[in-house]
Amino acid sequence: MKLMINGEEVMVPNSLESITDLLKHLNLHDQVVIAEVNEDIIDNQKQSETQIKENDKIELVRFVGGG
Amino acid sequence: MLNIGHYSFSSRLLLGTGKYPDFKTQKEAVEASGSEILTFAVRRMNIFEESQPNFLEMLDLKKYTLLPNTAGAKTAAEAVRIAKLAKASGLCDMVKVEVIGCDKTLLPDPVETLTATEELLKEGFIVLPYTSDDVVLARRLEELGSHAIMPAASPIGSGQGIINPLYLKFIIEQTKVPVIVDAGIGSASDAMIAMELGADGVLLNTAVAGAKDPVKMALAMKMAVEAGQLGFEAGRIPRKETATASSPLEGLSVK
Repeated sequence: MKLMINGEEVMVPNSLESITDLLKHLNLHDQVVIAEVNEDIIDNQKQSETQIKENDKIELVRFVGGG
Repeated sequence: MLNIGHYSFSSRLLLGTGKYPDFKTQKEAVEASGSEILTFAVRRMNIFEESQPNFLEMLDLKKYTLLPNTAGAKTAAEAVRIAKLAKASGLCDMVKVEVIGCDKTLLPDPVETLTATEELLKEGFIVLPYTSDDVVLARRLEELGSHAIMPAASPIGSGQGIINPLYLKFIIEQTKVPVIVDAGIGSASDAMIAMELGADGVLLNTAVAGAKDPVKMALAMKMAVEAGQLGFEAGRIPRKETATASSPLEGLSVK
């Protein structure tokens, strides 16, 4: 399945169903990652119930050092 | 106590988490500062890099309140989006509204800051707008319902200290919610002067992160903020044009 993640085209297995699946696939599931799917901001507790599909535009962000 | 929205803090020093030489120094500096509020920025992940050490994961989040900023935003809409992304983490409901309107001075865009603040207050955020030392704008931000006002001492990262103490004092005198002097602090004395002017807190980052010894500077800032607050509460003596002897003039033993 083709996704647009952080502005880049990425191919992921079709078996991925949710944001949680995607984060596990990317090995980012142990971190605080916030997701936006097609411009909808997803509460972190709803990542597992948020479905992903072909051509979704996904943003994955996190907290970094800042003032 | 520093009361912001439904929060109460015993420390009046807020610390930024950017630009430290390494995580170990940063962690020690945070501990030395005694800060309970730490600011963070929100940025894209590098999805192709599995190991991305992150300071946030090294912190005991029960000990700190996160204050994400909207740095990077140039419009109110961008700031609102960043704030909502931060809140979706489930880790925070406070936000420092920072909408930069000038790349050279990094001074905030007053119109966009006002708009973003209004929107985020409607959304139920605890909102702390970063603003210039504009007295009227500070009042307008307070009237909207901001939970604290954060005027800049001088441009971000400049270390210029408080370049307009008079305007800062006007803001402090008119504002009922906490005033936290944010940006431009360079030295411990700058932080102390802010507190002596009557500020409720100081937010700084570069002054500690960029110091030769960040851990020692973090402690200096903690002590300066505490000393400034005590000095303000104690009430300084008026300045006089003439000298007044501290020792009694009577009973002098003379031959």
